[in-house]
Amino acid sequence: MPRPIQSIQRAAQVMHLLSGRARRLSLAELSAQMGLPKGTVFGILRTLQQVGFVEKDPDSAKYQLGAALLHLGSTYLDGNELRSRALNWADSLAARSTESVRIGTLHDGRVLVVHHVFRPDDSYQVLQVGSLLPLHATGMGKALLAANPYALAELAGEELTRFTPCTITDAKQLSAALKEVKKRGWAADVGELVEGEASVAAPITDRSERTVGAIAISGPVERLCDAEIPRSDLVAYVRESARAISRDLGAIPW
Amino acid sequence: MTGAYVASIDQGTASSRCMLFDQRGRLVSMAQKEHRQLFPRPGWVEQDGEEILGNVLEVVGDALDKVGLKLADLVALGIANQRETTLVWDRHSGRPIYNAISWQDTRTDKIVNLLAGEGGKDRFRAKTGLPLTTYFSGPKIQWILDHVEGARAGAERGDVLFGTMDTWLIWKLTGRHVTDVTNASRTMLMDLRSLEWDDELLDAMRVPRAMLPEIHASSEPYGEASDPLRGLPVAAALGDQQAALFGQTCFAAGEGKCTYGTGSFLLLNTGPRLVESTHGLLTTVGCRIAGEPATYALEGSIAVTGALVQWLRDKLGLISSAAEIETLARTVDDSGGVYVVPAFSGLFAPHWRSDARGVIAGLTGYTTKGHLARAVLEATAWQTREVLEAMNSDSGAVLQVLKADGGMTADNLMMQLLADFIGVPVVRPIVAETVSLGAAYAAGLAVGFWPDVESLRANWHRAAEWLPKLDPEDRERRFRKWKKAVARTLEWVDADDE
Repeated sequence: MPRPIQSIQRAAQVMHLLSGRARRLSLAELSAQMGLPKGTVFGILRTLQQVGFVEKDPDSAKYQLGAALLHLGSTYLDGNELRSRALNWADSLAARSTESVRIGTLHDGRVLVVHHVFRPDDSYQVLQVGSLLPLHATGMGKALLAANPYALAELAGEELTRFTPCTITDAKQLSAALKEVKKRGWAADVGELVEGEASVAAPITDRSERTVGAIAISGPVERLCDAEIPRSDLVAYVRESARAISRDLGAIPW
Repeated sequence: MTGAYVASIDQGTASSRCMLFDQRGRLVSMAQKEHRQLFPRPGWVEQDGEEILGNVLEVVGDALDKVGLKLADLVALGIANQRETTLVWDRHSGRPIYNAISWQDTRTDKIVNLLAGEGGKDRFRAKTGLPLTTYFSGPKIQWILDHVEGARAGAERGDVLFGTMDTWLIWKLTGRHVTDVTNASRTMLMDLRSLEWDDELLDAMRVPRAMLPEIHASSEPYGEASDPLRGLPVAAALGDQQAALFGQTCFAAGEGKCTYGTGSFLLLNTGPRLVESTHGLLTTVGCRIAGEPATYALEGSIAVTGALVQWLRDKLGLISSAAEIETLARTVDDSGGVYVVPAFSGLFAPHWRSDARGVIAGLTGYTTKGHLARAVLEATAWQTREVLEAMNSDSGAVLQVLKADGGMTADNLMMQLLADFIGVPVVRPIVAETVSLGAAYAAGLAVGFWPDVESLRANWHRAAEWLPKLDPEDRERRFRKWKKAVARTLEWVDADDE
């Protein structure tokens, strides 16, 4: 196998950093994070700017991802787009599991809820589209973290908020949990965000196998779990719907 | 009966879909295939009947294959179809003598004007519930019989048959030449009260009775299919919008729904009462279950809703997918005083002004593409309000909650605007595919898979709800502006326009 091309690796690293939480970084910040001289990083940035992958914000003189990237398709999925593609399958999951369903994407170090289907029992419920959930204490968050090493790296330097006695607040413990999530292909939280409440989630991927979101059911621990362990039939429903959405995302070129 | 699923065909304008539902009304599998739209001349829109039949058979097979089910797992097949699209075929060869003429096709405008000339556009409204326009089947049949050699003589002998897409599919599947009351109500050939073909109408449109299918209930076993669906009972047919009304379980008078797609269709069940509209709405058959009286409905259609979003995408290029309009519209907090009235080919219900053309009103130097996107979404909500008000006046009842379905319900901002502008809650059912679900329900009922309509109501669940949040004073102030924008579309077309 030929050796990887170093400049492309570095360019990719720049773009990953710019797609992270900060969104906008200065030349000094980038070169510090990459451990490279400013001149080298500047050269990479200038080329990326020329092809439209990076833009320089005129006010702050910081760099951000360019509009051209948004139109490359599979590297970017609009949350509203995801909802419209996932609508039928999310409904179907709610009907099969008889629990409420949420679809979330990674946003600014948290899970942004882009779609919400009520629990099908006609009880009073309020749409939670647009709300933000913590990454480390939800099934969706863990499913997204497990697939995105950069998001995890950003969390590493921060204190993990404790919501309940069960919340994972230790970075090492979280990292181990995510390895398990990655291995088995689904994630759960059992009383980690709200006592007595659980969620089961699976990642949604696009045609380039990149995780673009996660779908989850949530409800009381008694209904979702047997002896604190998520029920296997519910896990299967969640994974099947995530696969169906992923298949639909991959099937349509755009 | 050993099967556990009902299959439903949605034979639509652009594609044919098959969905499989279980006894709790849950979607189990889906397959879809688009068919070609043929545009032989400006204003002409045709489809290939054989291609559509092939696609329908293919998607049934695909839907079964996807989840590893067999034909024997199905208890019945129901059909929902694009309405009014007209096909004429040879009984002996089984082949169409002309392409299907789409409901969108306007070639019959001369025939329609000629018919109207003798007594106005509403000449047949009392009997059919419909105004004379190019959509309905009767004049399309006349055109085919007058333009295809030997067609009229064949039709008079009963060698040449007419059908809407339900009839064509049922004939091909079971060999029976039948249609249902909802589809028949869109031909302009049926008397809404007797639910029979009417001689006066047949004479006026010059359509021989011998070519017409028998009119049956919407939910009734029509017959068993032959190969490749051998033995499968075909047990329901409904026009797509009536199917959506049924799928939303709007079984009682006063229940209504709106399906949001390219265009949008608001239907209100008026029960056994046939309500004549004085506000430009259509009166149509809602459904008839075998052995029961027909229920009627008022229908208000909005020509341009999702189509306006597509226009923003395809003609202006402001967004790259329809769903992105919400992202763009959310970059601003309101429409910045901009109103878009999409009177692309005139204003429809409740205005009915063919001299109107679209406007974008209220532009200032401050307007951004975000404002425009927001105004586009608002246009759908305002248009719904206009039709809803007409419906409330005609029926004498006020809709308390709007059941919404269709692809556009994925747009949360649009749904919130809708609740804000109509001032009542908007709910989306857990199965957004109500057209398919309605056909499945009607077929399942006919074969005893479900005992009664009440058992179907138990399947209806709220998947989302949007409550009005806008201050009523603000709402009325904005509605006044919308009406001013509508007024500015009028009298745009001049007599000497090309």
